[in-house]
Amino acid sequence: MTIHAASFRELRLDRLSRDFGTHNALKDVSLTIQQGEFIALLGPSGCGKSTTLNIIAGLLPATAGGIWLDEKRIDPLRPEERGFGMVFQNYALFPHMSVTKNIGFGLKMRGVAKAEIERRVGEAVALVRLQGQTGKLPGQLSGGQQQRVAIARAIVVEPPLVLMDEPLSNLDAKLRLEMRAEIRRIHNTLGATTIYVTHDQEEALSLADRIVVMRDGQVRQVGVPEDLFSRPDHLDVAEFMGFRNKIAGTASSVSGEHATVAIEGAGIVGRVRNTVTPGLAAHVAIRPEDLHPVAAGSAGIKAQVISTEFRGREFVGFARMADGTDLSFLATERLAPGAEVTLAAEPDRVLVYGAAA
Amino acid sequence: MTSPSSSIDPGPAIPLSQRLAARGLDGLTLLVVPAVLFLLLLFIYPFFYGLFLSFNPKAGGTLANYQRFFSDSFLYGTIATTLWLALPVTVITLLMAIPIAFRVRVMKHQRLLTTILVIPITLGTVLVAQGLLSYLGPQGWFNRTLLTLGLISTPVKLLHNYWGVFLSLVITGFPFTFLLTLSYLSGVDPALEQAGATLGAGPWQRFKHILLPLLLPGLAITFCLSFVQAFSVFPSAVLLGAPAGPTRVISIAAYQAAFEEYDYSMASAVAMIMGVVQLSIVVAVLAARGLLYRGPAGGGKG
Repeated sequence: MTIHAASFRELRLDRLSRDFGTHNALKDVSLTIQQGEFIALLGPSGCGKSTTLNIIAGLLPATAGGIWLDEKRIDPLRPEERGFGMVFQNYALFPHMSVTKNIGFGLKMRGVAKAEIERRVGEAVALVRLQGQTGKLPGQLSGGQQQRVAIARAIVVEPPLVLMDEPLSNLDAKLRLEMRAEIRRIHNTLGATTIYVTHDQEEALSLADRIVVMRDGQVRQVGVPEDLFSRPDHLDVAEFMGFRNKIAGTASSVSGEHATVAIEGAGIVGRVRNTVTPGLAAHVAIRPEDLHPVAAGSAGIKAQVISTEFRGREFVGFARMADGTDLSFLATERLAPGAEVTLAAEPDRVLVYGAAA
Repeated sequence: MTSPSSSIDPGPAIPLSQRLAARGLDGLTLLVVPAVLFLLLLFIYPFFYGLFLSFNPKAGGTLANYQRFFSDSFLYGTIATTLWLALPVTVITLLMAIPIAFRVRVMKHQRLLTTILVIPITLGTVLVAQGLLSYLGPQGWFNRTLLTLGLISTPVKLLHNYWGVFLSLVITGFPFTFLLTLSYLSGVDPALEQAGATLGAGPWQRFKHILLPLLLPGLAITFCLSFVQAFSVFPSAVLLGAPAGPTRVISIAAYQAAFEEYDYSMASAVAMIMGVVQLSIVVAVLAARGLLYRGPAGGGKG
């Protein structure tokens, strides 16, 4: 494979901010990305992840801060001068150009010789497995094929950086899994530094070398997928990473790594993730798959069953606590709606966050 | 069904209304009736009546009117005169509309500007012509300003000649052309330009390779509509032009045949010729448009 990524050492975002008049879309985002990394910007919609990507691409100006590629400051450059490859959410393929023309567009703009364009487009087509489709217009292709064209078009110019803005969000579930594997395969083949924006934590966890979790225009946590998955620093990050049960209580005691939180009379033990002070409010966060019904009378959270859904291997139960907090949990049998359950989880699977979070 | 299959029991008959509905004829169809009647009475019938009339001249054979038109330079010359006005006006309004539409597309107070631009359409050609008569006249603001600034020593003659009609057609035609162009331009997905930029295309290359090819089909339609408007120029040609000479457009020839010579047959023939000329230009432009890409101007499945 002769397509390869242009080399640099690191891309540095230095306190990037973006003011949309009334609100701060982005506030002091700093991040250093090493060559060859696959970075996922993860967060709910409106968290500033797409804004960050557009600022890196040069499509939006930052209102403060700078972007550095090694020693070169690139944020004053226009998008066409940066030369980053970008894959858009709706692909943004040129509808009046054939697949070949679409992929070759960037090379043509760079004044590459015709024969060379032909050769490199051929390689890109082979890389994204679109042989036989090259004469078609984008409108004649399926969503997955359009996606492949968009990727080929972005990487054929051998950009130092590939930016992807929720590239899989317009595909159906099956195709999404397929293209996810495809994106990872292409990244492994080319080693191009990639910044990938998504709101899907599963996508981020499976694709990225490092994940940047954003919220309200700020970076909340940066880490490798395994760390983020099991040790989120903040309660909101935990919620976003699948700790869907968030239960309020009062911290009763802290000993080393563990703390006990009193929730409606029961003491729930979990791992401390930030500063927890006995006597003050605290939250516990538990994944639904770690919360199970236990025998009545044992220690646990009391709730009333609302419904159970059959999920093949197990049942997912939904219950509500006396204070109105909704819980979801895993059960081995169907539970009668209205029944009282006591739910508990392994202390190592429970995260405790002090009020500061 | 016409086959006489009386031996097979057809079962309970489907009501006529349902059978009609299956062919797209139901109560809603009735809503079209007024429009169809209107078209028949006020367009189709007069058209065929005029066509028929044009072949029944006051004197001579069936084609006498047409023979007369094409043998008299005072008559056939009006085609060139009208084209010489309508084509440059259309091209210039279009060329003016494109860059302005590009700028306006990214403006915040787009509605205010479009409102201001729509006003000339609502005013009508006669009012604009009257305004231009005093504005462009030898004692008008335009000439006085140029004289005061010392740019000219004698007033520029902009009335009762080609330029008077030209300017008035540009002023009245521009808003329409502009609004159509703007709507076509707004139909192009902005992500396509952004994609072009990230691929290294500068502003001119983005225009040339991405926007223009996607806009051309719409511009062709805009051209046709603006051209037809300009081609049927009458009030400004009379009020601001030289209706006996350089701006004796084809509609004036038809008017004179009808209301000065009282030869309705000849007037119909002129109108038919006018229609054929317009139609051939429009057909030529639309045929050329058929060679272009005409699909959606979006970037993919939205």
